[in-house]
Amino acid sequence: MAVAAQQGDRSAFEELVRLTTPGTYTLALRLTNNEEDARDVVQETYLRAFRGLRNYRGDAQFTTWLYRITANCASTFMTTRGRHRHDELPAEELMVDPHSSSDVELMAAGGELRDRLTLALATLPPKLRAVVVLRDVYEMPHEAIASELGISVSAAKVRLHRARHRLRQELFPESSEAESRAV
Amino acid sequence: MRCDELDHDLTVVADGSAALSRPQQRHVEQCLRCQAELVQHRKILRTLRALRTEYLEPAPGLVADVLAYIEEAGERTAIRSLVSNHKVAYLGGLAAATAAGAAGAILVATRNRRSRMGLAS
Repeated sequence: MAVAAQQGDRSAFEELVRLTTPGTYTLALRLTNNEEDARDVVQETYLRAFRGLRNYRGDAQFTTWLYRITANCASTFMTTRGRHRHDELPAEELMVDPHSSSDVELMAAGGELRDRLTLALATLPPKLRAVVVLRDVYEMPHEAIASELGISVSAAKVRLHRARHRLRQELFPESSEAESRAV
Repeated sequence: MRCDELDHDLTVVADGSAALSRPQQRHVEQCLRCQAELVQHRKILRTLRALRTEYLEPAPGLVADVLAYIEEAGERTAIRSLVSNHKVAYLGGLAAATAAGAAGAILVATRNRRSRMGLAS
């Protein structure tokens, strides 16, 4: 289908958009943490993909190629948006204190590490969130992450390390506090 | 060896991209705190990897919006190239008119000089 789209088959490209939109949107939402921004990132991603279809060599999966474009678009979008306004927290995040009793109850009720992790990811600063999502969720190589975010490989690794530590502090606060007391 | 010296290495070991050195391994084997930290990092990583298979549903109409956006951008590009083609044609015409005017002026000037020279002789 990707080959047909490359050869100018408009309906093949439209079908590709239909098939890959849920995945692209999920990544965009994980990176931006905002539904409206994620929609904008998705639109820009497909426009760039459409214009750059000739550059897709077919040696990687189409979604891998598409997700790199998504990461790049989200990074550009977040940088531009950052110049205009501060990263806004969704309303429910503003109401939830990660260590409050209501949150503990929520965790106990939900019980799932996945739910707590999703919450913890949302509270990470965008720069840290981007690296940990691309590396640990999408298993992108460090070099690809660095290239799409416009940073060095060592900066990407440092951010990843910080992000993982922040996540562990959020998810296992007792052990992290015990460690800081011991050190 | 102190636990905080292992801090960075444990996160990298958890994702399998590096291995601990012999002294580090010996420390972890004897240290419950580092063992617990390693287990926690692995748990987080497993859960993060599992998110890959989870798709978040966009509000309806996103595919249509994407296709309309591409269409619109294509039209903008077409209009831009049309305008720039018109600009080229306009500038070309202007240059041709200027060249013709200059050639005409030179021709007139040459004729005038010749007729003055004819009168003088």
